[in-house]
Amino acid sequence: MRYALLMHHHEPADGELDAEVIAEAQRAFDVYAKALAQAGVLLSADVLQPTGSTTTVTRRDGTPRVQDGPFAETKEALAGIFLIDVPDLDAAIDWARQNPAAQWGSIEIRPVSTSFLDGGWTR
Amino acid sequence: MDPLTEVAAAARDWHGRLLALLAAGSGDIPAAEDALADAYEAAVRTWPEQGVPGNTGGWLLTVARNRLRDRWRAAEFRRTVALDVERDAPAHLDDVDVDAIPDRRLELMLVCAHPAIDSALHTPLMLNTVLGFTAEQVGRAFSVPAATMATRLVRVKKRIRTTGIPFRIPDRADLPARMTAVLEAVYGAYVLERSGAEALHLAEVLATLAPGDPEVRGLAALVQLSAARADARIGPDGRFVPLAEQDPARWDRVLIERAHEHLRVAHGSGRLGRFQVEAAVQALHCSGAADARTLRDLYSILNDLAPSLGGGVALAAVIAETDGPAAGLAALDALAGDGFQPAHATRAHLLRRLGRHEEATAEYDRAIALTQDDAEREFLIRKR
Repeated sequence: MRYALLMHHHEPADGELDAEVIAEAQRAFDVYAKALAQAGVLLSADVLQPTGSTTTVTRRDGTPRVQDGPFAETKEALAGIFLIDVPDLDAAIDWARQNPAAQWGSIEIRPVSTSFLDGGWTR
Repeated sequence: MDPLTEVAAAARDWHGRLLALLAAGSGDIPAAEDALADAYEAAVRTWPEQGVPGNTGGWLLTVARNRLRDRWRAAEFRRTVALDVERDAPAHLDDVDVDAIPDRRLELMLVCAHPAIDSALHTPLMLNTVLGFTAEQVGRAFSVPAATMATRLVRVKKRIRTTGIPFRIPDRADLPARMTAVLEAVYGAYVLERSGAEALHLAEVLATLAPGDPEVRGLAALVQLSAARADARIGPDGRFVPLAEQDPARWDRVLIERAHEHLRVAHGSGRLGRFQVEAAVQALHCSGAADARTLRDLYSILNDLAPSLGGGVALAAVIAETDGPAAGLAALDALAGDGFQPAHATRAHLLRRLGRHEEATAEYDRAIALTQDDAEREFLIRKR
């Protein structure tokens, strides 16, 4: 099954974190992503720019609207997505536990419902 | 037995085992339940005409398995879901020997106790899927309206499939946390159905799986000791017989012996828990020489380990034996037992012993109104 591991946490302001802390986090993510790749379960890993750089698009009331900012302002924001393919929820939980961001935020595990692969929708 | 009674008996004996097996491949409990319901219906139609098969469980599994397969092949299903036949088809069922159906109920129970499922639903879900209690029966046991319970159960079964919760015994690290919920469910089955053969069997399965867990042993002992007295609880006239008036000759000695063996192993571990203490209380009753002071000590320990309304009422009842009915009544009044049947029944008995007859009669009326069991209701009406 494909699962998205969604990392949510407080967004640090500019200069809030020392260079050392950032470097340590980068090292942790590097180890984590390599472990996922080595296990053969990693489909993609994307760390997102802060919500300040978000653009939201909607056509809900008929007219297309493009808006500056995220869909919803929250204390914790979506910060990155790891897409993995593992046999079951327990395996996904195991990987989520090892995600470095679990130490300062939370990891939401969302099963993928359907994916567009090789030119068609599949399960 | 006539064929229809045989269908009911087969459904009762095989439901949890077959459901666990049918749902294991896809994780789809509602589909397995539908297939099983079709198999019961086919049995009701054909057994009266063609006779009851020798292996009822195998017969039901074969029919249900074919129904599941038809469903997978159905055009309607293919249109709505893109199917990876290799991966999704319930092929594992082909390897199952219908003459020796494996017992996968424990796996299903551990699925129900998964941490990704709301813990308030662990026990209701197990009672419904593994033990076959209806949403209405489960709702009654948890004081939730039947429709509300049914909705919650439907939603959580769907969640099991979509989130991909696996059907297997978890690793050693995850087992203890989930075992607590499993023990609670077996205990719930035992409370719902006092002489429950299911609770007996499951407790034995658990003891085989985790022989070193003292609480698993304690629960097995508790259920066995209670089941040992099941026959003696109903008199020849169908009336409820309270413990003090039961004939010990009608207690099942083999079950009592096995329970003691479990308790010996449990006590050897040196880790005391709630089920062991409850089992010790039952063992004392079964010894035929229950000393009130020892009972009071055990109930005090139980109250410290795992406070509950039922335990509090039991403690008040033994305090009445050791220190008199007034002391028992005071202990009972300290509990928030309004609307709890055993609290009203006990208060009625104590008020009667104190000579407060009018209040006693009113309490008996409350207790009678709250009683679910016919034999027990009869007993209270006679006491009143």
